[in-house]
Amino acid sequence: MKVKVISRSTGEFTRERSQDLQRVFRNFDPTLRSQEKAVEYVRALNAAKLDKIFARPFIGAMDGHRDSIKCMAKNPNYLKAIFSGSDDGDIRLWDMASRRTVCQFPGHQGAVQGLTVSTDGSILVSCGSDCTVRLWNVSDANVADSDYLSDNSAKPQAVYVWKNAFRAVDHQWDGDLFATAGAQVDVWNHNRSQPVNTFDWGSDTTISIRFNPGEPNILATSANDRSITLYDLRMSSPARKVIMRTKTNSIAWNPMEPMNFTAANEDCNCYSYDARKLEEAKCVHKDHVSAVMDIDFSPTGREFVTGSYDRTVRIFQYNGGHSREIYHTKRMQRVFCVKYSCDASYVISGSDDTNLRLWKAKASEQLGVVLPRERKKHEYLEAVKNRYKHLPEVKRIVRHRHLPKPVYKAANLRRTMIEAERRKEQRRKAHSAPGSIMTEPVRKRRIIKEVE
Amino acid sequence: MKFPMKWAVSLHRQFAASILKFQQPNFTRLRLSRGLSSKAKPPVTMGAKKENSDDEMDEKVKKYLRGDAANLEGVKDKKLKGQLAVREDLYGKSAKTAAKIEKWLLPSEGGYLEAEGIEKTWRIKQESIAREVDILSSRNQYDIVLPELGPYTLDFTSNGRYMAAAGRKGHLAIVDMKTLNLIKEIQVRETVRDVAYLHNELFFAAAQKKYPYIYNREGTELHCLKEHGPVLRLQFLKNHFLLASINKFGQLRYQDVTMGEMIGNFRTGLGRTDVMQVNPFNGVVALGHSSGTVTMWKPTSSVPLVKMLCHPGPVSSLAFHPNGHLMATSGRENKIKIWDLRKFEVIQTLPCHAKTLNFSQKGLLAAGTGSFIQILADFSGSQNYSSYMTHSMAKGYQVGKVLFRPYEDILGIGHSMGWSSILIPGSGEPNFDSWVANPFETSKQRREKEVHSLLDKLPPETIMLDPTKVGTVRVPQKKEKPTKKDIEAEMEAAIETAKGTEFKKKTKGRNKPSKRATKRREMIDKAKRPFLEQQTQERETSRKKQKTNPETEMPKSLQRFVRQKAT
Repeated sequence: MKVKVISRSTGEFTRERSQDLQRVFRNFDPTLRSQEKAVEYVRALNAAKLDKIFARPFIGAMDGHRDSIKCMAKNPNYLKAIFSGSDDGDIRLWDMASRRTVCQFPGHQGAVQGLTVSTDGSILVSCGSDCTVRLWNVSDANVADSDYLSDNSAKPQAVYVWKNAFRAVDHQWDGDLFATAGAQVDVWNHNRSQPVNTFDWGSDTTISIRFNPGEPNILATSANDRSITLYDLRMSSPARKVIMRTKTNSIAWNPMEPMNFTAANEDCNCYSYDARKLEEAKCVHKDHVSAVMDIDFSPTGREFVTGSYDRTVRIFQYNGGHSREIYHTKRMQRVFCVKYSCDASYVISGSDDTNLRLWKAKASEQLGVVLPRERKKHEYLEAVKNRYKHLPEVKRIVRHRHLPKPVYKAANLRRTMIEAERRKEQRRKAHSAPGSIMTEPVRKRRIIKEVE
Repeated sequence: MKFPMKWAVSLHRQFAASILKFQQPNFTRLRLSRGLSSKAKPPVTMGAKKENSDDEMDEKVKKYLRGDAANLEGVKDKKLKGQLAVREDLYGKSAKTAAKIEKWLLPSEGGYLEAEGIEKTWRIKQESIAREVDILSSRNQYDIVLPELGPYTLDFTSNGRYMAAAGRKGHLAIVDMKTLNLIKEIQVRETVRDVAYLHNELFFAAAQKKYPYIYNREGTELHCLKEHGPVLRLQFLKNHFLLASINKFGQLRYQDVTMGEMIGNFRTGLGRTDVMQVNPFNGVVALGHSSGTVTMWKPTSSVPLVKMLCHPGPVSSLAFHPNGHLMATSGRENKIKIWDLRKFEVIQTLPCHAKTLNFSQKGLLAAGTGSFIQILADFSGSQNYSSYMTHSMAKGYQVGKVLFRPYEDILGIGHSMGWSSILIPGSGEPNFDSWVANPFETSKQRREKEVHSLLDKLPPETIMLDPTKVGTVRVPQKKEKPTKKDIEAEMEAAIETAKGTEFKKKTKGRNKPSKRATKRREMIDKAKRPFLEQQTQERETSRKKQKTNPETEMPKSLQRFVRQKAT
């Protein structure tokens, strides 16, 4: 007879000294656990509620400017800093951790329309409506020398005067060229006081400009004639152009997928395009109720932040049709520029009320050092909440956001208008010969034509 | 039920970490007799051995996958299809890792009993087993004789560490089974019919003569549950923190022990019964009645979920397999029936007396009558139970309750002269999970576990026959309401047929044209009537729905006059 009975020796299953860690044994057999799905559902519900309890996205406002803030720039080499330019010609360098001005760059006579930093972080380029482009030296030594004296001001390294007012500026990602947008698109070199190259297609002013992060010679611009134009610096003529029904206020390239860019349009939507195939938008991001003024991608390429004329800042997923998050404050007026911080944790918005606001990208994120067990717990709660977020109770809590009353009412109004249009279209279709009326897909609807 | 993502991460880490400090205890691998696992068979060829191990792994992977993969053929949305395909891939990987861990990394091996030669396992006596096993295990075989305090019932905590024993004449005792230490014993001087532990060893409920009481580990009476009345049986639902009781008048009550709220109070209508068990898989309470029916209840409905006729006479006992698919019932006609709960069919009928039944964690069935206990096991895994072990106690000891101790190879027997404990190799789960039930729990761990289980407390609505339905989407009904067009078309058709009826040609002055016209009009009205009635009904229901809104907007002083709709 062969017999064996379960016998556990206490020594193997308990710790020897009180300094040791407790021993944990795992058996993943499903029969040991009953009603796993219901337990997970309860955890998802609690996780959604906790998320809402800990959702405090607003960190602080950076006060100092005396006029509305029109443009911002990130320094890719220095995480804590952000540059902002306002309508009275004031450019400031802010330290986000203490939310104070480190350095001021006075000099512009009119509004500062564009700010950009070179990729090595040494030169800040600013352009304004006083027809000048100014280059400032912002190497690490200057920035790290943070005395927090408000009188700390710098002198420009170079000032270039040109014929027309400028509307935007952007620096090449991997070179020393930068381009300005105004009556035409000019490409400059740091050391030359005249543009190296000029592009002109169409008769309207170009209002925004962005270089491609992957391909250093490609740039996208948007103009007042409702077009988005792609230029290649190696060719002397512009490459492609797509004309939409409404004007695009800003463009941002996806840093992780450099062939895709997203355009912030005047018709309250953002359109993501594949630069190789401009006849159809890849995705339409709808949620704003007024013109979208600025857009910036997160360095992960998975999300982007938009600021709109309707006084809200929204965060979208790169392929999501609706926003994941909305930020608003009573004091924040029209948002003109937004930036996603380089570590993908914060969002900065500059608005009409002369303040820069710092927000968390994930509203209920715990800032500071997160212990590994805490982080695992957060990841687990996130995963279990995503698994059950389609169920009605959990969905109600996860979706819930407080909207300011004007935004809420405007959104309802837009919805009824769009619904009415859609219903009319459906009825027209139903009452006409089948196939005589073709509905255009949303991704194509707003594009008028594509031009080579 | 798919494997959550968090497990995949921790599984990988554990796998990697454990490989480094892997110390396999020196147990020789032997099985629970008669070819349970294919590894015990001598390998015919290398190929065959590999195939066997592959099959074994496949089975394990199937267990961890918890159901079939989703069918992605019908999904038209490419984005969604891609996301789901990635998820399914991840589940497959997690299940494979879990199966590998089960094969290589679990610390303990299960027990077994193998007969050699012409020996049969059911002839082997407890004394011979005690001689073969080590001292610590043989200590677990004993008989506690307390003849004057009545038949005893037992309950174990979920980690198998503590036992509460209650004698009919009022003796309540709590014993620490690891050290065989009597923690506390009290004499309540009243009939005690049943005892049940609550969520941990600190609280237990005793069904006394008039009401059930809840006691502390010290023996202090904490609560007197007057509403329950004279209770015959108590059961505790772990995940929901519900204490279920059936009393002398056949009333089933559910009480939430965290807030003290009475969740459900149902009159079964089938008379007095003292056969009650909780199905651990889905949390339904099953009652066995004297008419031979077994009814299954959930706290949110006053009508039983299932009513099945099991035996021609009264049901004498009931037991559920931990996987939730098997139920064993026994009646007075000396038969044990094994039911499949998915189809509600009998799988097997055993000619065996059983006054009390209990399933172990590994699926062994203990049946006790008189002073004889029989243990049945299915060796091939195909739910074909046959005799495994037997134990007969001294004459005069009437077995009242058999209960397997969790995570140990021990069977606790409550009988008329006290309680005993015998060794049943292969009945307990050798590897416990510290987060589920830890026999070596410290008080700090116990407190943490209490808080976590309270946070994970399930609402009573989650009790259902099929617990995997939580989180699924209800399939839209195929039957559509007839549209207005269809209804109109039907009406027209009816009117047409009514118009087309031919009238009998009446003579002798009774065939006046005016009378014919009125008759025709009447026929058409009769045809129209059902449709018009339907329309007015629909209008009324829609008006009634609108009416409920203004009712809720009544001023506060008039709120008490608003008729409350019965929910």
